[in-house]
Amino acid sequence: MNIHEYQGKEILRDFGVSVPTGYVAYTVDEAVEAAEKLGSDVTVVKAQIHAGGRGKAGGVKIAKNLDEVRTYADEILGKTLVTHQTGPEGKEVKRLLIEEGCDIKSEYYVGLVLDRATSRVTMMASEEGGTEIEEVAEATPEKIFKEVIDPVVGLTPFQARRLAFNINIPKESVGKAVKFMLGLYDVFVKKDCSIAEINPLVTTGDGDVLALDSKLNFDDNALFRQKDVADLRDLDEEDPKEVEASKYDLSYIALDGNIGCMVNGAGLAMATMDTIKHYSGDPANFLDVGGGATTEKVTEAFKIILSDDNVKGIFVNIFGGIMKCDIIAEGVVEATKQIGLTLPLVVRLEGTNVEQGKKILNESGLNITSADSMAEGAQKIVELVK
Amino acid sequence: MSVFINKDTKVIVQGITGSTALFHTKQMVEYGTQIVGGVTPGKGGTEVEGIPVFNTVSEAVEKTGANASVIYVPAPFAADAIMEATDAELDLAICITEHIPVLDMVKVKRYMAGKKTRLVGPNCPGVITPDECKIGIMPGYIHKKGHVGVVSRSGTLTYEAVHQLSEAGVGQSTAVGIGGDPVNGTDFIDVLKAFNEDEDTKAVIMIGEIGGTAEEEAAEWVKANMNKPVVGFIGGRTAPPGKRMGHAGAIISGGKGTADEKIRVMNECGIEVAETPSVMGETLINVLKKEDLFEICKTH
Repeated sequence: MNIHEYQGKEILRDFGVSVPTGYVAYTVDEAVEAAEKLGSDVTVVKAQIHAGGRGKAGGVKIAKNLDEVRTYADEILGKTLVTHQTGPEGKEVKRLLIEEGCDIKSEYYVGLVLDRATSRVTMMASEEGGTEIEEVAEATPEKIFKEVIDPVVGLTPFQARRLAFNINIPKESVGKAVKFMLGLYDVFVKKDCSIAEINPLVTTGDGDVLALDSKLNFDDNALFRQKDVADLRDLDEEDPKEVEASKYDLSYIALDGNIGCMVNGAGLAMATMDTIKHYSGDPANFLDVGGGATTEKVTEAFKIILSDDNVKGIFVNIFGGIMKCDIIAEGVVEATKQIGLTLPLVVRLEGTNVEQGKKILNESGLNITSADSMAEGAQKIVELVK
Repeated sequence: MSVFINKDTKVIVQGITGSTALFHTKQMVEYGTQIVGGVTPGKGGTEVEGIPVFNTVSEAVEKTGANASVIYVPAPFAADAIMEATDAELDLAICITEHIPVLDMVKVKRYMAGKKTRLVGPNCPGVITPDECKIGIMPGYIHKKGHVGVVSRSGTLTYEAVHQLSEAGVGQSTAVGIGGDPVNGTDFIDVLKAFNEDEDTKAVIMIGEIGGTAEEEAAEWVKANMNKPVVGFIGGRTAPPGKRMGHAGAIISGGKGTADEKIRVMNECGIEVAETPSVMGETLINVLKKEDLFEICKTH
């Protein structure tokens, strides 16, 4: 789960990690009010959307007085920002962060991620702040320093110190940088983060160390014990179809194509998309209905697939293992009737009781094309949506 | 011969009184797996399906002589269940549970370091040695006893591959689902090593997916060490970057973990990769024929 920058900074502040003072604003008036409260010489007006690259897209402005705050807030609120992370359709700005400006001396990068190769949390740091870490890794990998963290003792002060010296933080600020890194690790483990990225981390003229930006992502599987984090979820930032699917415990991801897919199992669901593409079709979604494809789940899954106007046909690909194919076939027939499906539907069933399953589909009187293999099913649906 | 489990494996079920666990316990017993006990704290002294239930894993092991455990405990408590199995010095703990918080698994891995127990999973379908022992949730009947080792990050794709092989008359030595999570107990290389040392395994099919670099590392290992043919498949060629495709570990992040890169490295290391999932079995069979192994691998 993602949250906004201002929400991330509030969490950091709670854990004693230094961030500039700032307030969220939903309207232009609130933005001006917030700037008044800050009373700083320079005020930063920042668009709050769940995507990076806001600065380049015109979503971050420096205001020198309250009039400028008003002008920029008015300009950015309601604007659709298109960045390299939003996709071509962009994202509408509904919230602003109004923040005090600061006297930046140098910019750095500090981030925490899970390193899959070691199964440990790893802190990465670089003196190339403000640039995406992937770009730094590509161009100057020697400028990225890593510390692998033992989960029993956590990030140690010597590791944080080593990082701070390696990325050339001025020695008078090293103590503050160490405190910052230890605090950030604390946030990561206590809040079940999957990513905690500060880019840039800055040193100021007064020798302070501050998070100028914050990107915190959280482990969805841990939200059951992070209720306050779960409350920060902003549904406006998510695809409504994905939100709907999550209510029914369906794993759904919207894509650009016109063939709706319903599959059991994540691996098979991905492979189904690949197969459709292999036969020159375009999948409209990834959808894993899970182990138990009940009538209710299949019905909801159909509804979600059909709420995408691009969909011109549906491919159901089920490997009935423990779940018997006749039960699944009944679910598909029932769901098709309930929603009055008119689009072409190709169903491939395999596994336990497959013959009974196929018989149920064939005798349903519905316009269902049955397929014997994943490849055949993919070819048939690609042909039908042409 | 086989890897990890066989007809002598004695299994306890952690979380046996839950409805999913109970359903699969019956299926495992029907298949012929020796289920010798179950564990549910507070239900010790009772029986389900004629199987004795204990309060703790150590008590269950002491009373039954179990050497393996299968875990169906709900995600919030699953990490603790894995550590309990480790503490009881079982040879093997297979964790079916999905949605375990990743930082819990980081701690579990640290706890298990240097200890005896092998963890398979979490978020996996389990392990099966056809006609001998089935531990997990896979449909037993699609498997045939034979000589092809199967290792996979995905449940249903494993069934797909196994089904294609069995239909073509090619049986399996053991099929191991290592699970779809970013932190897991047993990785591709662990299983490949076991298959390499297993006399009964003549060839291996390895099924991976986007996310991480486990397939690339496994491919390098195969090139350097494996003395049996390996074929592969990678799911997620068409997956968009930055999205988690159902499995917690199936995500392309920062341009890393793409299917194309994995396939490239696997090919470079001499692993033939099936173009589509429908030809996983066919790809392996062609390699078997080329290596003159088809006759041995065909189930008679």
